[in-house]
Amino acid sequence: MTSELADSQHQPSSGGANLGSALVVEHLTKRFGKRIAYEDVSFEVGYGEVFGFLGPNGAGKTTTVRTLGTLIAPTSGSATIARIPLSAESGPAIRARISIMPESPGLYLRLTVAENLECFARLYELRDVRSRIDRVLQAVNLSDRANDLCGSLSKGLRQRVALARALLSDPTVLFLDEPTSGLDPVATRDVHDLLIALRERGVTIFLTTHRLEEAEKLCHRVAILNTTLRLIGRPDELREQLFSRNLEVRTRLQLDEPARVFNGLANVESWEQSPSGSYVLNVTDPDTAAPDIARALVHANVDILSMSESHHSLKDVYLELIDEDVEAKKR
Amino acid sequence: MSFSWTRVGAILQKELRDYRRNRFVIYTMSLLPLIFIAAPMIQIFAINVSTTSGLFDAHIGVTLLYMLILPAVIPSVLSTYSVVGEREQGTLEPILSTPIHSEEFLVAKALAALLPTLVVSYVIFGIFLGAVAAFAHPAVASAIFERNHLLVQLLFTPLVAGWSIWAGIAISTRMSDVRAAQQLTVLASLPPLAIVALMSFNVITPSLGLTLGLAAALLLVDGLAWRAVAAMFDRERLVTGRR
Ligand SMILES: Nc1ncnc2c1ncn2[C@@H]1O[C@H](COP(=O)(O)OP(=O)(O)O)[C@@H](O)[C@H]1O
Ligand SMILES: [Mg+2]
Repeated sequence: MTSELADSQHQPSSGGANLGSALVVEHLTKRFGKRIAYEDVSFEVGYGEVFGFLGPNGAGKTTTVRTLGTLIAPTSGSATIARIPLSAESGPAIRARISIMPESPGLYLRLTVAENLECFARLYELRDVRSRIDRVLQAVNLSDRANDLCGSLSKGLRQRVALARALLSDPTVLFLDEPTSGLDPVATRDVHDLLIALRERGVTIFLTTHRLEEAEKLCHRVAILNTTLRLIGRPDELREQLFSRNLEVRTRLQLDEPARVFNGLANVESWEQSPSGSYVLNVTDPDTAAPDIARALVHANVDILSMSESHHSLKDVYLELIDEDVEAKKR
Repeated sequence: MSFSWTRVGAILQKELRDYRRNRFVIYTMSLLPLIFIAAPMIQIFAINVSTTSGLFDAHIGVTLLYMLILPAVIPSVLSTYSVVGEREQGTLEPILSTPIHSEEFLVAKALAALLPTLVVSYVIFGIFLGAVAAFAHPAVASAIFERNHLLVQLLFTPLVAGWSIWAGIAISTRMSDVRAAQQLTVLASLPPLAIVALMSFNVITPSLGLTLGLAAALLLVDGLAWRAVAAMFDRERLVTGRR
């Protein structure tokens, strides 16, 4: 049930022609033995786009990142990363163009910040290692900690070093796997600010998260994953499409024949009576539906007490999708 | 894609930096040599020069063999730590996400174990020779300084170490517990010593040709071990490996 929403192709804001997609993923599936990590996942990410991969724990986010990062091989399906088709041989070439910030920073704790970065700069065979290190440390506001041992840094600072490390090679696609998981609110905000700065610079980012607000705040588009892809779209589109399609009507008295009032209306797709006695109407467009409904009710001699769009947050829908899955998984 | 010595150097440098600040490595590297120089020293000064020549040779042989246990054991400690240790720290995934090739990674890990092993082993052997020259009975000294014995030490130190290193890396790519991997590696590192033992005890008369032949054979085995370990190297397993 993947519904690709209309007009959801994001046009990167940064300059330069749009030369295809940074990521093209088609029907990708990964199984570990009988266990399905993710299944039939398809999407595209444009250059300069921040793409959110939202899903609960165990949804398959990390496994997807590892697959696109050529650390593990997919069971089936295909992918093109930075215009290189994913294959057994293309691993080093793809890895040279991307970088991954994994769930845990994975720093050498007995090495200093600069030593950690130096090792990785050389692994990418970068020139002018010194100035690169200075630049990425500046980007994450850690210039003054260059000579501190990583073991002496707080969790939030380690995360920032890991981000600096991922920026060293100016990757075509930057993969961030739950970049703020386990951080306190202040450290989380710091990381968010850094990511917003990267977004403004036009860096292509694939970001996984289980936090809805994070996806909403940082991403141009969001895909909701729970083993299979559920939805893809801009956060505002998702909200519109999913969350404001209901009108709730409260009347002074119960309708004698609600079906006769509501069924004929063009904009009303379905309706039901809620336990509290109000009517919840599923509408295509609340703006055109509301006047029609009001007229029909007045015509039927019913007093309207209130009419309102049900305000679901993105969270409700997210939880609903996830709940459906939990039910489905129990089988 | 070409083999990059820059990447090998990057891992090697970080490894050596890590050793210097790793208490476990420092202790191992300083205690093991102490043990392995004390025993042969005592042995050398305890040799009764007037025993039968067979017994005398055996004493000399044990002593020299002792000196080769060091290059077998040090790398099993270091190389085992190198893969399992990275996995435990969660540093393996970031490293393997870079453009590094499996061969580069393995060569870097092997060199990181080999270089300190060679330095320590040769220095210890040098100290041992110095002590023998200065203080041991002349008959003992001349037996130790016999050309073929020296050649065996010189050649077999890196070769024995090489075998231990590949055994250690092979075992540690398959195991997730550092300690268990180390114990297994120490065992696995012993077979080459058997050859050396035969020569040290003059069971096989260590002629120059034979020594060189065996050394070449061991070199070949080390080379094949590298290929085998590289073929076994499985990123997916290392990254997702269930503990
Ligand atoms: N090496 C593995 N072997 C077996 N199952 C795995 C392995 N790695 C992940 N899985 C399973 O795949 C699913 C997705 O995991 P993961 O990608 O880590 O999810 P997320 O990152 O979204 O929390 C989970 O059910 C997990 O148990
Ligand atoms: Mg995860």
